[in-house]
Amino acid sequence: MNIHEYQAKKLLHSYGVTVTEGIAAFSTQEAVTAAKALGGENWVIKAQVHAGGRGKAGGVKFAANLEEVKNISQKMLGMTLVTHQTGAQGKLVRRLYVQIPIDIEKEYYLGIVLDRKSEMPVIMASTEGGMEIEQVAETAPEKIIKVGIDPVIGLRSFHLQKLSFGLGLTKIQSKSFQEIVARLFNAYLQSDASLIEINPLVLQSDDTFIALDAKINFDDNALFRHPDILEMRDIDEEDPGELEAANYGLSYIKLSGDVGCMVNGAGLAMSTMDIIKQTGGEPANFLDVGGAASADTVARGFEIILRDPNVKVIFVNIFGGIVRCDRIANGILEAAERIHVKVPVIVRLDGTNAAAAAEILRNANISSIHSAHDLEKGARLAVAAAKGEK
Amino acid sequence: MSILVNKNSKVIVQGFTGKEGTFHAEQCIAYGTNIVGGVTPGKGGITHLERPVFNTVTDAVAATGADVSLIFVPPVFGADAIMEAAEAGIKIIVCITEGIPVKDMIYAKKYVDLSGVTLIGPNCPGIITAEETKIGIMPGFVFKKGKVGLISKSGTLTYEAANQIVKNGMGISTAIGIGGDPIIGTGYIKLLQLFEADADTEAITIIGEIGGDLEMQAAEYIKGNIRKPVVAFIAGQTAPPGKRMGHAGAIIAGSKGTAQEKINALLAAGVTVAKSPAAIGITMAKLLKSQI
Repeated sequence: MNIHEYQAKKLLHSYGVTVTEGIAAFSTQEAVTAAKALGGENWVIKAQVHAGGRGKAGGVKFAANLEEVKNISQKMLGMTLVTHQTGAQGKLVRRLYVQIPIDIEKEYYLGIVLDRKSEMPVIMASTEGGMEIEQVAETAPEKIIKVGIDPVIGLRSFHLQKLSFGLGLTKIQSKSFQEIVARLFNAYLQSDASLIEINPLVLQSDDTFIALDAKINFDDNALFRHPDILEMRDIDEEDPGELEAANYGLSYIKLSGDVGCMVNGAGLAMSTMDIIKQTGGEPANFLDVGGAASADTVARGFEIILRDPNVKVIFVNIFGGIVRCDRIANGILEAAERIHVKVPVIVRLDGTNAAAAAEILRNANISSIHSAHDLEKGARLAVAAAKGEK
Repeated sequence: MSILVNKNSKVIVQGFTGKEGTFHAEQCIAYGTNIVGGVTPGKGGITHLERPVFNTVTDAVAATGADVSLIFVPPVFGADAIMEAAEAGIKIIVCITEGIPVKDMIYAKKYVDLSGVTLIGPNCPGIITAEETKIGIMPGFVFKKGKVGLISKSGTLTYEAANQIVKNGMGISTAIGIGGDPIIGTGYIKLLQLFEADADTEAITIIGEIGGDLEMQAAEYIKGNIRKPVVAFIAGQTAPPGKRMGHAGAIIAGSKGTAQEKINALLAAGVTVAKSPAAIGITMAKLLKSQI
């Protein structure tokens, strides 16, 4: 799960991390009120969406007076922000963050992420703040200092020293930097984060550091023990189709093709997309109905797939293990009738009772439902149907 | 022979009396797995599926001599169940539980490694030695006995691969679903090593996915250490990038985890890669034929 910058800053502040002063606003009026409450002469207005690259896309503006706060907020709320992380459709701005500007001596990068290889959290720091860390990793990897924190010993002084010496900080700068790293690491552990990024972490003229931006991703599997974090979830930022699917225990990702896919298991679902593409078609979606597919999940899956107007055919690819194929076949017939599926449905069922399933589909004799006995044939039929071939 | 488990393995089930535990334990028993008892805290002393139930793994091991544990507890207790089994002297832990927090797994994995115990999973279908023992949730009948060792990150795709191997006239020695979580107990390398040494395994199939870099490590290992023929398939060749894990994770791993990158590494290591998911079995059949 992701949260907004203003929420991340609030959370980090509660762990003692120095962050900029600011207030969230959901309307122009609130933005003006926020600016007044913060005081000062000028402010920065930042669009709050779950994506990076907001500055370049026009989502971060400087306001020299209250009138400008009003005008900028008015324009920004309701605008669609397109950044390199949002995709072409962009993200609608519904929330703002009004912030007091800070003086910037130098920008750094600070992040914490799980390293799957060493199986421990790794703290990353770089003098190349303010730019994409992926880009730094590609062009100047030596400028990223990485320190893995073994859970057996936890975060130690020497870890912090490695980071500050690596960045070439002065003794006085190190004091503020190390304090922030230690508190950030504590926040990472305590909140079950999977990623925290402060980019940029700003060095101010008084040699102290402050977080100018903040991004946190959480481990979805650990949210059950963080009701406070779960409350920060903003479902406006999530895809409605994916959200609905998740509510039914399905995993759905919309893609741009016309062959709808319904598969059990993520690996088989990805493979199904692969074979459709290799056969010359384009998958319309990824849909994993889970290991225990039933008539009900199949019906829900059909509904979600068919909401996409591009879908010309549905390819059902289910390997029945513990779930019996004959039951799935009945489920497909029931679902097709219940929700009036009008596009052709190619069904490939293999595994337990596959022969009986094929028999059921054949006897039902519905012209739009075709049975395929293996993966390759199924993919070929589905792609042909999408192209309008028989 | 086979690897890790066989008909002599004595298995207990943690989360034995729960719905999932009961259902799959019954299926395992029907397959012929030697399930000697189970653990459900607070239910020690009762009998379930004609087998004794214990409060702790230590009690279960003392009474039954179990050396393998199959875990079905809820995710909240997953890491704890793994560590309890390791502490009690279980040698092979198979954790089916899906949704264990990463932070919990970091500690569980560390402890398992320090204890010298083999952990398979979590969030995996388990392990099966064909026609001997099934310690997991896979459909047993798909895995006909044969000489191909199978290692896979995926669940249903493992069944698909095994099915294709069988339909092409071969069979499975042992098949292991290693799971696709960020932290897993056992990766490809250790299992490749065991298959290489196993007299009953003549060839190896590995099924990978996009994300992480376990397949890259496997390719590196195969190059210098595996002489048996290996066929691989990588799922997600057409998946849109960056959907699940952030890019920062990929930076650390030193690779982007794309299917193409993994396929290239495997090819460079001399592995035969099946491009289509429908060609896993036939690719293995052709490879073995070409070697006679």
